[in-house]
Amino acid sequence: MKTRYLSLPYLIWALVFIIIPIGLVVYYSLTVEVDGKLIFSWANYKQALTPSYLLALWRSIWLAFVCTVICFALGYPIAYIMASREYASKGFLLFLFLVPMWMNFLLRTYSWLSILERNGFINSLLRLLSLPEARILYTDKAVVLGMVYNFLPFMILPIHTVMKKMDSSIIEAAQDLGANGRTVFLRVVFPLSIPGVVSGVTMVFMPSVTTFIISKLLGGAQFMLIGNMIERQFTESRNWNLGSAVSVMLMVLILTSIAIFTVVDKDGEGGALF
Amino acid sequence: MINRRTVTIAIALLALLLFVSACGSATSQNSISVYNWGEYIDEDILSMFTQKTGIEVVYDYYANNEEMYAKIKSGGVNYDLCIPSDYMIERMIAEDLLETVDTSQIPNYANIDDRFKDLAYDPENKYSVPYVWGTVGILYNTSMVDDPVDSWDILWNDKYANQIFMYDSMRDTVGVSLKRLGFSLNTRDVSELNQARDELIAQSDLVRAIVGDTVRDSMIGGEAALAVVYSGDALYCIEKNRDLGYAVPKEGSNVWFDAMVVPKGAKNIEGALKFIDFLCDPEICLRNVEYIGFSTVNSETLKLLPEEMTSDPTFWPDDEIYNRCEVFYDLGDFVGEYDRVWTEVLASW
Repeated sequence: MKTRYLSLPYLIWALVFIIIPIGLVVYYSLTVEVDGKLIFSWANYKQALTPSYLLALWRSIWLAFVCTVICFALGYPIAYIMASREYASKGFLLFLFLVPMWMNFLLRTYSWLSILERNGFINSLLRLLSLPEARILYTDKAVVLGMVYNFLPFMILPIHTVMKKMDSSIIEAAQDLGANGRTVFLRVVFPLSIPGVVSGVTMVFMPSVTTFIISKLLGGAQFMLIGNMIERQFTESRNWNLGSAVSVMLMVLILTSIAIFTVVDKDGEGGALF
Repeated sequence: MINRRTVTIAIALLALLLFVSACGSATSQNSISVYNWGEYIDEDILSMFTQKTGIEVVYDYYANNEEMYAKIKSGGVNYDLCIPSDYMIERMIAEDLLETVDTSQIPNYANIDDRFKDLAYDPENKYSVPYVWGTVGILYNTSMVDDPVDSWDILWNDKYANQIFMYDSMRDTVGVSLKRLGFSLNTRDVSELNQARDELIAQSDLVRAIVGDTVRDSMIGGEAALAVVYSGDALYCIEKNRDLGYAVPKEGSNVWFDAMVVPKGAKNIEGALKFIDFLCDPEICLRNVEYIGFSTVNSETLKLLPEEMTSDPTFWPDDEIYNRCEVFYDLGDFVGEYDRVWTEVLASW
């Protein structure tokens, strides 16, 4: 009985800040403003399905995919090493990965600007070595770099947690039964770490597919992602209806992909929804 | 049993109450809340005002007109004073979002130059008091550009491929393309807009990036040769890097005004008017325009400004060019067409 009342603030919170806003977004997406009145229409979705928007959507998914793959390739070994017996007692390593997250995300992205620019740190170094200058800033490479940099900890942490919790006696049992290092990893460790991988992938993919500030700062607005398109509709173009329609499309897409991931993630390690 | 349950409910309600009250604003009687562009006032002036009148100034920033509009329109917050641009003021008047400003309560209003009063966006100056004005033009780095910079065409010159920054603002950038083709910035002709779009798409290979406020640091650092900027930003950059120059192209450009307005729902109108009056004071205004670097609308302040500043064409474009410049008008629903064109340009990049 008690818990029911204690959950009251949360229920109200969810209603006011989650359910009602989503309802409003859906409502806006299905209406257009005519003479100050909102009338039902599919026009927003029609416009959201024009090539300009689909291209941005495709580009966002592609870049988010690349970012997720890179984060996994970098993050998995790091998490594995940090959870391994030699390093497990050294909390300091994990701490190093967390420290940058205490700083403002915008500030960190902004500083990449001065690292990558034509007269920035990297190019000054290259020039010093008489190497040709690298053109990274304002390309899709810079956007992916910014994403990987910002979202890598979200891949490492869930995998690290799963690895730490793994029962070492299972690994020992496998070794006792004659499995070599590779077999132990492929048939025991990796399958057991899947829940962490799934939440890591969701937690990296979601923010990267919706980001607009990284592409704005590091991509120089040439790499219009779907997040930029939505932002513009709510501010500059003040067409909230179209912005809502694109948002709904994106939400459906993300929910579908999480649903697919979650089928695999039975333990629900964080990113789970259903 | 009932007792325990009551306590639980009480705790739950208390938590909710705390949360709700934390959301409420803490504006007291003797304060005004000002909502302005970032880097758009000498902040010492705020404390000088508080010292003089005892009114606290709660200050808040926005990055562009549209952001400010969205916040005021949604009605979540009450500000006593905002400083939007001309076309935005026109829209806000049309949508009944502004209080009328009683200029008889602003003695220093007399200092405002008559040429900046009764402009199209607020024909009888019932809602706004001009703050500063400026132009949109080309900031160029003399060590990289050897052609004369007097036309928008230079932004379409192959020679400067990958050395051009365009500005991340729909009306300004579409406006550049329209002006270059000899059309009005406020055109409502779809075929003219489409031509402007095609030109921008053709230009995209030459453009290094479309940037926002970061353009200032980038130009100071010599990142690119040419950039489309506001006159005040240009002045700021030139001060930091003497290789830079600024020009308003001969085809004409956008001339803009930012003015102080009192949004509907303001809690302390009297305080807001006092603050406007304070900002129109010649000495205070002088301090302010020297800090922010835009052209003043205050004729008394103009007399106090040093000669080298008032003869600087960055500050004061000559009349011939000035007359070819246009003010933005609010486009109403036609803005959707601009949006379509601009989306197509951005998507093509």
